[in-house]
Amino acid sequence: MAVSIPHIARVLTVAALASAVAVGCSKKVKETPPVQTPVDTGATTAPVEPPRSGVYTPADLDTDACLRQRVVYFDLDKDALKPEFQAIINCHAKYLRDRPSARLRLEGNADERGSREYNMGLGERRGNAVSAALQANGGSPTQLTVISYGEERPVCTEHNEDCWSKNRRVELIYTDK
Amino acid sequence: MSASRRRPARLALLLCALAFSPLAALAQSKGLEIDIVGGNASALPIAVVPFGGDCGQTDVAGVVRADLSRSGQFRSPDPATLPERPTQGSEVAYPTWRMLKQDFLLVGRCVPNGDGYRTEYELFDVAKQQRLLGLALIAPAAAMRDVAHQISDAVYEKILGVPGAFWTRIAYVTSSGLGRNTRYALMVADADGYNPRAVVNSTEPLLSPAWSPDGRKLAYVSFEGGNSGIWIQDVATGSRERITRFRGINGAPSFSPDGTRLAMSLSKGGNPDIYVMDLVSRHLTQLTNQYGIDTEPVWSADGSTLYFTSDRGGRPQIYQMPASGGSASRVTFEGSYNASPTLSPDGKKLATAQGAGNVYRIALMDRSTGSPRWSMLSPGSLDESPSFAPNGAMLVYAAREGSRGVLYTVSADGRVRQRLELAGGDVREPAWSPLRKR
Repeated sequence: MAVSIPHIARVLTVAALASAVAVGCSKKVKETPPVQTPVDTGATTAPVEPPRSGVYTPADLDTDACLRQRVVYFDLDKDALKPEFQAIINCHAKYLRDRPSARLRLEGNADERGSREYNMGLGERRGNAVSAALQANGGSPTQLTVISYGEERPVCTEHNEDCWSKNRRVELIYTDK
Repeated sequence: MSASRRRPARLALLLCALAFSPLAALAQSKGLEIDIVGGNASALPIAVVPFGGDCGQTDVAGVVRADLSRSGQFRSPDPATLPERPTQGSEVAYPTWRMLKQDFLLVGRCVPNGDGYRTEYELFDVAKQQRLLGLALIAPAAAMRDVAHQISDAVYEKILGVPGAFWTRIAYVTSSGLGRNTRYALMVADADGYNPRAVVNSTEPLLSPAWSPDGRKLAYVSFEGGNSGIWIQDVATGSRERITRFRGINGAPSFSPDGTRLAMSLSKGGNPDIYVMDLVSRHLTQLTNQYGIDTEPVWSADGSTLYFTSDRGGRPQIYQMPASGGSASRVTFEGSYNASPTLSPDGKKLATAQGAGNVYRIALMDRSTGSPRWSMLSPGSLDESPSFAPNGAMLVYAAREGSRGVLYTVSADGRVRQRLELAGGDVREPAWSPLRKR
């Protein structure tokens, strides 16, 4: 599953999940211990974010291990959010809830393969997927803007899957903190 | 490789063909490189004799020779091997050229004229011992390559009965840098890659250039201001106007054949759909409305039909629909991925960027006889953005070589392919201009 995820991102993700489970996303934001009660209905909903007693501040964007992660990666030709990125969605959604004045720009990107205009559409779908996930976790639509750059802003220009996987991404950019 | 009449120049081409691979072309980065794919025995032999007199800095005959060779329809002997160098009809000895197995002969000469030159040229049918063309062009020194391309066009049309498309231009996009530091330029160059100049420079992405039918304007997508927008710019004056600034994607502009409307893809409704804008009233008509990505509309020559890319069936394929609205029907059924449609002027051929796994090639669908026949025009592996020449005889497309993009032209029969010589940067998204008017 994690084959196409860049190594560093994977490590960070694992670390984020671990911290989310053990001590919450933030050292500054105090949280109650995670209540990982199994979903008794059997429904496959996203894991419920652990309730937090504290609120995020703009400073947390630079220091919080979870909030500092601002890139979500996708599989080839896919716009489905992968489970390992749910923790990132959760903490950014909480930030948006805590900071109603915050504005988040979601920049969707695609790898270089195929048509540039089609990849514009693909990048937008990915941005929309992240936007929907943030809204599902309490982010407000007015806080979110999706823009697709298609394949026009690669961060890696080699022609192999390792590189392509780094380019299939949505970047979370706070335009107002 | 059935070459019965082999000259040294041809031998070089054949060697090139034998060693053919995309990398072989890359290895010889200087001078005229032509890949002959599968032989070009049917190409017509035409001797293009170096022009006499004073043509200034431009090798007029050399430009003509390169044009004609690139088309795949002609082959010319190396001028160094020519036993005679006539520059006008009175000096032509037909038996010499018959012995050299040349079907046609082009001779000419230049005379300084004001701040330019008067270029006279004559075309002969060797077998019939008949002069087919005898014309003169007057042009400033800076326009001598234009003169050469116009001669190529005249020769091409006289012999083949189809307009040449050598005196045309190609718009394309270049980029340099990575990520947010990328710089973009919209360029226009001669169809052989010479005389490139920047039409737009931007720190934000530029893409999807499309020519107006009169060749005077370019529509394109720019991200300046933070989101995609469609712009129309006058190529000569540089004056420009933003046409759309809708929420979401503003993409894939395409002028109608009469130049009065612009088809485009907009995602303001939630996902990319095809729209047509009346350029006078700015009235917008939505043509598709369904879940999925609909983009890259292109018009049939009569303006009645739009072809576009859609993944409504799962993966991207080409669909067609009436330009006035209605239901769409799928056109491409070969290849798991087809996008970036371009139509030949007669509407019988449709080229796409066709994907299979990680390999993307330029594919051509010929519908002139009953069921569609497909052929591959490029070797891959990341070829994209095909654009037909306005005479339908060639296409230009973008390919990857190492970390940079390059442009190739290929004859519509796929036999002759040439990399365009363009200065640095990552080059992509070529759009071949309409025919120019003198």
